[in-house]
Amino acid sequence: MKKLVAIFLGLTCLTAVAKDSGSNDKTVNVYSFRQSFLIEPLLQQFTDQTGIKTKVVFAKSGLIERIKREGKYSPADVVLTSNFSKLLQLKDEGLTQSFQSAEIDQSVPAHFRDENGHWVALTKRVRNIYASKAKIANPSNLTYEDLGSADFDGKICTRSGKHPYNIGLISSFIAHKGEAATEQWLRGVKANLARKPQGNDRAQVKAIKEGLCDVSLGNSYYFGKMLTNEDQKPWAEAVNIVFPNQNDRGVNINVSGAVVAKFAPHSENAKLLIAFLASEKAQQAYASLNMEYPVNPNVEPSELVASWGKFKEDTLPLTQIAQYRQAALRLVDKVKFDL
Amino acid sequence: MSLGISGSEAVAETLPQPQKITEHAKGSRLAALVVSIFRTLSKVHLGGLLLAVLLSTPLFALFYEAIVGEGESFEYIKQTVLGDYIVNTLILVFSVGFLALLIGVPLAWLMSVCEFKGKSFFKWALVLPLAMPAYLVAYTYTDLLDYAGPIQIALRSWFGWQSPNDYWFFDIRSIEGASLMLALVLYPYIYLMVRASFLEQNAALTHAARTLGQSPLRCFFKVSLPVARNAIIASVALVMMESMADFATVHYFAVSTLTTAVYDTWLGHYDLGSAAKLSSIMVLGMFMLLYVERLQNGKKQTGADAKVSQQKLMYQLSTKQSIIAFCFCSLILIIAFVVPAAVLVGYALDYYAESWSTGIMTYAFNSILIAAIAAIAALALSVVLNFILRCRPYPAQKFSLKLASTGYAIPGTVMAIGVLIPLSFLDTSINEIAESFGMQGPGLLLSGSIIAIILAHLVRFVAIANKSVEASYMKISPSLDMVSKTMGQGGVKLLSKVHLPLIRKSALVASLLIFVESMKELPAALLLRPFDFQTLPTYVYQFASDEQLEIAALGAILIVLVGLVPLILLNRSIDSH
Amino acid sequence: MSVLNIQNLEVSYQNQPVIKKLNLQIEPGEIVALFGPSGGGKSTVLKAVAGLLEDVSGTVNIGDTLVLSDKLNLPTEKRNVGLIFQDYALFPHLTVEENVAFGLGHLPKEERLERVTEMLALIKLSSSRGKYPHQLSGGQQQRIAIVRALACKPNILLFDEAFSNIDPQFRFELIADIRTLLKDQNTSALFVTHNQDEAFAFCDRIAVLNEGQIEQIDTAERLFNYPKTRFVAEFLGEGLWLRTQVASAHRLSSELGEIAYCGESSIESMVGQYVDIYLRPHHLRLEFSLDSKIKVTKERFVGQYFESTIEWFGQSIKVRTVYSFLDKTVKIKVDTNVSAVFLEHPSAP
Repeated sequence: MKKLVAIFLGLTCLTAVAKDSGSNDKTVNVYSFRQSFLIEPLLQQFTDQTGIKTKVVFAKSGLIERIKREGKYSPADVVLTSNFSKLLQLKDEGLTQSFQSAEIDQSVPAHFRDENGHWVALTKRVRNIYASKAKIANPSNLTYEDLGSADFDGKICTRSGKHPYNIGLISSFIAHKGEAATEQWLRGVKANLARKPQGNDRAQVKAIKEGLCDVSLGNSYYFGKMLTNEDQKPWAEAVNIVFPNQNDRGVNINVSGAVVAKFAPHSENAKLLIAFLASEKAQQAYASLNMEYPVNPNVEPSELVASWGKFKEDTLPLTQIAQYRQAALRLVDKVKFDL
Repeated sequence: MSLGISGSEAVAETLPQPQKITEHAKGSRLAALVVSIFRTLSKVHLGGLLLAVLLSTPLFALFYEAIVGEGESFEYIKQTVLGDYIVNTLILVFSVGFLALLIGVPLAWLMSVCEFKGKSFFKWALVLPLAMPAYLVAYTYTDLLDYAGPIQIALRSWFGWQSPNDYWFFDIRSIEGASLMLALVLYPYIYLMVRASFLEQNAALTHAARTLGQSPLRCFFKVSLPVARNAIIASVALVMMESMADFATVHYFAVSTLTTAVYDTWLGHYDLGSAAKLSSIMVLGMFMLLYVERLQNGKKQTGADAKVSQQKLMYQLSTKQSIIAFCFCSLILIIAFVVPAAVLVGYALDYYAESWSTGIMTYAFNSILIAAIAAIAALALSVVLNFILRCRPYPAQKFSLKLASTGYAIPGTVMAIGVLIPLSFLDTSINEIAESFGMQGPGLLLSGSIIAIILAHLVRFVAIANKSVEASYMKISPSLDMVSKTMGQGGVKLLSKVHLPLIRKSALVASLLIFVESMKELPAALLLRPFDFQTLPTYVYQFASDEQLEIAALGAILIVLVGLVPLILLNRSIDSH
Repeated sequence: MSVLNIQNLEVSYQNQPVIKKLNLQIEPGEIVALFGPSGGGKSTVLKAVAGLLEDVSGTVNIGDTLVLSDKLNLPTEKRNVGLIFQDYALFPHLTVEENVAFGLGHLPKEERLERVTEMLALIKLSSSRGKYPHQLSGGQQQRIAIVRALACKPNILLFDEAFSNIDPQFRFELIADIRTLLKDQNTSALFVTHNQDEAFAFCDRIAVLNEGQIEQIDTAERLFNYPKTRFVAEFLGEGLWLRTQVASAHRLSSELGEIAYCGESSIESMVGQYVDIYLRPHHLRLEFSLDSKIKVTKERFVGQYFESTIEWFGQSIKVRTVYSFLDKTVKIKVDTNVSAVFLEHPSAP
């Protein structure tokens, strides 16, 4: 039996070697925080266009730790993230390499790129409010601050306060209002929750449809996705998408993005891939497939997304917001938001 | 006896073994340990200790992080939510243990000593929930019982309720809900182990109690239960460890426990040091459970003498009793298996077009491959460790075995990091050595490979094999070893010609259990897999984490189906003894 | 040349000596018992001979082979000994035939089968060769265990309490059979037991082991009649210690009157000295007497006689009587010779 085990282990070893050592120049290795079925079509287009094959590992968490541990032998070329804080963490941990590309400079506005070229944002996502059509009469004046007021007692649904999307929002609140005010606001929101934070953004909209709550926090592209899904369409139709704080700082935004790994074995291909993802063609695909807002100013949002109207964005630089990430996390623990 | 689901062919232990004597000198235990380490080092049996150390490197890597890592968030967490986390974890672990006990023990009793219609079906069917990953049950029940789920919608339309304030309904996404979900999939451990213990019990004990005027029910409480105490405590400890390590279910139910805290700290605060510190608290808890279990093992089990219990205890239930028993069994089976399975099948049928992908068979193959290798490797390792302990019953060897079993309560995610730390270190060293000879390094051979995933599963589940093999080794009379040696069959021959045939059954049981567990295990594969590599759980998770379980239903069903085969085999092997 | 020669054997656990400077020789074809109380170290000696222990010193020869010395502790498998256990230690997963053939792997198949057939014929169990151990009675299992060991042609067989699991009804029949078998095969054996009847029935000589040392080694009859130490005297059966004074070479005077001495060692030189003797029940006779203070406190009717218990200066003893003396006062008479005397000891009256 031990022989059998040895043979088995030997075989797996060989397959593992065979898999990893296929480092010909026509591949690019992607570590993705974004689900592979979301990026698969784009990567396919890239391969069709350049002949460079893509290999993907998807995980919602732990990839940065993995790259860190793999060190200079890491096979990762490109890391795709779904929020800004991960981009910044990659850079801060020294896991990225700077790269300049005229193409990217052209297609991505400066405030969506690292000044030294360590990261590039690829899409914008808005953290908006979903308000029940039936219960909230005049949603356009809503602000994030309102969610902390007693008017919304027992009317709010949200996912975990520790989810990066909410942490992003709370960080921006701290950046604008300071930590003390944010804590007070967070306590207010917590007190107003209709149920313990749970589920994803879509589940909150569903809860509004069922009458469990009146408003929820959610990313904008889910609205589009729900509207195009047979089962979920009724949920989306029960709510208005509301861009809050239009009369002051504007709606909170976050970005998804990409970096070239510091020890990327195929760094040229990596740059090609990122440039491709920022190109008009790919941005259009992002816009229409994923219902996100393109960062490329030359690309319009999809028709459906555009129909939700224009809005004022919070223009505070993302790097400035991101420095309050840790503070935001601690506040969530402090007010026991999730408990 | 813990996982002693083995056959009891072996003869009762008679001769005092040398290790008993070492136990007398408690004061000089440490000295004895040191001496024996030196003795071990000076002999061939270095192997055992080495293996154990190898198996526990991930754990040591974590401890190292816990000590060396800065862990600034830990201080903060300690001041704010750590108390809640610990309380929640305790509540969860104990209520899962209690609920599983409440389900498992009566079932075990019904199946071992009662005769009623449908028993032969339930006997194996009640094991099925073990093949169901807890997170799948959680997903399906949330879909059903949520405010927006079909059951509450139906209730609202029947009674004309408008809002959640109009009525009360069980909130599935709560610590109680999570406990229930975990208990539903974990009770089979108790059912299996306690059933085996009831079957081994000497019927004469109960007969004696009956003649002393006790009703069957009182006999159950006053005789059968206390005699099966070891098996009960061991199995409950196992269930509690499993529930302590659970991540997917509690995370989905938004119940904050230590596991979720480890996760948050590591991935939210980017603070591996603090995460490792939190994990250490969990390891501590697990050690306590192991200790309680061992305490029980130390007590001599009475009345389970395999030689005497030729008589079988059997109650023929009356019609009324049969109906009650039948309903109880059906209820458990329906809640724990039929409903979730039906929901999954429903999804799979509705979404067949999206659900079916050619990849799914590859994923299944990957899962089976990993689970099979992990099961065989864990078994081989634990046989080697136990054999060395048997031949050299020194404290150092005992310690090795304990050390090798500690991975069980470590949540899969944490274990994945634990595995990554030494493997990537090894990889880097290999490359650097290669480069120092002017060759091109082979790149990352181990981390981010199937080997890493297998290793993580191995370290996590080898405890199951250890317990089972240890238990059946204890049933082999030491005189068999001595006789075998006098006839020139020592060493490897003793292992292959005497021990292996005798522990065969429980070894099989252990490897089947590991296979099933490994089939369901998600985090290690998720975190450590190579490019474009999916197992069934990672495939399902990808969709389920986005609340689109429907699309992955086919994959989920495959996980369950693949797990069912070994479970049915396992159930057979218990019955046949 | 002895089959087994143990010289200065010492064994310790955790620095506690368990066996102290033990010497023992067993001649070809001889069956020797190691007889003593539990915890006396009997099994330890057996294990040391078999090579199953580590902290062992001294010299042991088995047959022509030196198996233990300062530099050497030959592993069990090289010692060519057979072990027989209380629990039979038959491999439960093997048939009778496979069990007997277990140690014969080195032989060609035909020879192996021939040997197995021969061995099973010895114990008249040829018809059971295909059965599994659990299908056989305890006595049958033990017979198989013995021929399994014999099949390997061991220099010596080591029995560890091998008969204590056998039903008393069949035990002595089995012991007699095995003794005949061993004698026929001219095989030596060392038999560890705490049961006197078994030791007497099975063995040529008996070594009484106490606290890690052999107190005396002799035939059963001589051990019983000529014990060399108080321990041996007491261990071989109950009795009554009595302080006596040596009156002449063949006479001892005591409270119970004159007692004849016919032991091997001369006591002529000890005239006038006090010595203790150990009176066994068969030495004693009870007589009804009104002026005695000794009373029969218990009695049991055994069949041909009564077993009457008397208390005498803190000692109690059961004596055979023809009549019932219950609750009556009696006198003790000593009619028989005694053959062993012990230097005086504070415990005797």
